[in-house]
Order: sequence, then structure tokens, then C-alpha cells
Amino acid sequence: MALDKPYKDVPGTTIFDAEQSRKGYWLNQFCMSLMKPENRRRFKSNERAYLDEWPMTDEQKQAVLARDLNRCIAAGGNIYFLAKIGATDGKSFQQMAGSMTGMTEEAYRDMMVGGGRPVEGNRYAREWEKK
Amino acid sequence: MARITASLYTSHVPAIGAALDLGKTHEPYWQKVFSGYEFTKRWMKESAPDVVFLVYNDHANAFSLEIIPTFAIGTAAGFAIADEGWGPRPVPKVIGHPELAAHVAQSVIQEDFDLTIVNRMDVDHGLTVPLSLVCGQPRAWPCRVIPFAVNVVQYPVPSGRRCFQLGQAIRRAVESYDEPLKVQIWGTGGMSHQLQGPRAGLINREWDNRYLDRLIAEPAALAQMPHIEYVREAGSEGIELVMWLIARGAMSDLGGGQAPKVAHRFYHVPASNTAVGHLILENQP
Repeated sequence: MALDKPYKDVPGTTIFDAEQSRKGYWLNQFCMSLMKPENRRRFKSNERAYLDEWPMTDEQKQAVLARDLNRCIAAGGNIYFLAKIGATDGKSFQQMAGSMTGMTEEAYRDMMVGGGRPVEGNRYAREWEKK
Repeated sequence: MARITASLYTSHVPAIGAALDLGKTHEPYWQKVFSGYEFTKRWMKESAPDVVFLVYNDHANAFSLEIIPTFAIGTAAGFAIADEGWGPRPVPKVIGHPELAAHVAQSVIQEDFDLTIVNRMDVDHGLTVPLSLVCGQPRAWPCRVIPFAVNVVQYPVPSGRRCFQLGQAIRRAVESYDEPLKVQIWGTGGMSHQLQGPRAGLINREWDNRYLDRLIAEPAALAQMPHIEYVREAGSEGIELVMWLIARGAMSDLGGGQAPKVAHRFYHVPASNTAVGHLILENQP
């Protein structure tokens, strides 16, 4: 029997389950390597060469090079691992989160100060399809 | 005998640590967050415990995808501060309590909670931000700390029900420890927040406050809440709140004692991407 995954019905959200984790194993392990200052330095000096040391898919490598976190997540990345790339770039968690919403950094920050994204209209995938 | 004197609940947003470490605490944005902990810092000085049993989650720092323990208890003498990519936070090393930690592990494993025992583990902002919020910026932390890491990174995380039951087993374990230690249990993480995808930035103030009400008054019913409600209503990372149920389960009222006293309650939006919730419950003698 297939596993019940009710969370597939939440819009704009990818739950990092075993399926995503398998897909993103090397992408996330690459991110993990950036916890070491020496690896951060090597990655920054030649990103492509450093990525090529990892058995990642080309899509995963391209998504990292483009710093497209939505693409990274679709390719199996998890935000806590991907945060190591942001840290290497000197980005805050708010900048990283905001970058996935299609909003400008300023608009995202203003939304948060104003109380955040409301839950109304953001619970079910079908609510987004209507938009 | 050892006893649990109080439980404390707080969010553990990394930006709070950065604001502290970079001296931004007096900026109006951060003042609103830190004002909610002024009471707590005084309270901590007046009722300092010997040990804090600190329930938190690791954020891909101690545990990569190589090993993902659902419940991990730190039984080491000390725990280094993790380099999460920005360099380690400039905070004191965490001193453990190996004897009590081993006692809790032995007790609860024999009650069918299969903990992972960890003797080497760097601790990240999930553990150090709550310590900073409650203890300020001392040269050494004022008490021993037993880190208790819960997997909330890879789904499925443990159920609220399981966390609540585990808390009850931890209370029994602490109360069967011979030394007369004062122990606090902290549940950290939450409240509503989502850090990923186009829905990032989700906050649900009404749901969060209802969660606080129910955590105080009807925790057993609250523990039945399924994962999907956390995800849908409180954001994908709001699911961290299951950890609060471990701390709540460890309170005396679940073992036939009186209802706890609400010593402090605070709620504020936002700190970075997150709703900050904070609560202190004291066991009644």
C-alpha cells in the first residue's frame, strides 16, 4: 500500500520526506561539507570544480550555481542543508527564505514585520490554482 | 531525589543568536523580541536549576543525512559549539551531566523509548539560542545541560503523542535519580514559520495562541494533533512544536500532581521568518 502523503496538498511547500531525501542525498551532503572553513574557501574559489567532486546530478549543480533555492529543493535539497550555501555567501536566513517567494527582499521583510504571510488562502493547493 | 521544578518553552530562531552576538539587541526590531525575556532572565537567576534538560533539534549540523536519530540524548561531559557555516557562535561551551543523562537513558529505554545515545555531538543554535535568551551572555553557562535532540528535519518527525508520552517517562526517570538535583526541562523551536518554497513566511498568530492555551490547559488532547495540521496551519517548520510536548509531558500534573503555574507568557511576530512564542510553567510544591 502506498504511503499516505496528505502534505502534498499544501501549496508552495515541499516536505522533506524519505523520497526527497534519497533524491537529494549528495546535494545535501555537499552542503554539509561547507561547514568547514577550508571547504568554503575552496568552493568560493572555483564553484564548478568543487561541485564536480560530488556525485550530484547536473540539475543539482546548475541549481546551486544559480542559487535557485526552489530548484534545489525540487532536486531533493533541504533548507537546513541549503542554508550552508547561504552562510557561505553571507546571506541571512531571511534573505534565503525570501528568495523563494518571488518577492523582493524588502517586500518580504515588510511582509514579515507586518505579521507574515496569512494562512487564509494558503492552506490547500486548490486555493492557489484559482489564482 | 531529583525533581523537575519547571518547564520552559521558547523559539530558537538563529537570527536571535546573530542579533545577540553582533550587539544589535537595542535596535527597535530586536528590542521587541528581547523584551519578552527580561522577566525570564531575572526568573532564571532567582530559581537557577542544577541541570537543564534541553529538548531541541539539530539543523543539519551534528547530524547529516548519514545518520538521522529520532531521539538522541547527549551523555557526554561537554559539547562544543557547532560551526553552522558562519563560524561557531561566541558562547561558552556546554557542560553536560553524564550521570543524570545516562540514568535517564537507562530508565526510558527500559520503558520502551529507544533513544540514541550520543557521546560526541556539537550543539547548534537550536540549543544555544534558548540558553542565550534565558541566561544572557555569561562567561560560563549557569548550569549543566543535557542536550536532547529530536529529528524534525526529515519527515516523519515523531508524533506529538509519542513526544508527550516520552516527556512523562523522562519525569519518572528524573524523579528516580538519587541526588537532590533541581532540573528544568525546556522545549524549543516553533512557533509558526515556514522557511522554504513560495509559501515561505507563513505565520498563524491565532493558531499559535490557541496552541499556547491548549499546551497549558489540555496538553493530552493537544498531543493528538496530527502532523498535517502543523504543516498546513503553522508552516512546514512549525512542526518543531512537537518538541514542546516533551517538556509539557514532563510536568507533575501528568503524574497526579497539581496543575502548573503559568509564570510567564510572551508572543511576538516576527523574529526574522518566525513567530516567537515563550512560556514558563512552574510545578507546584
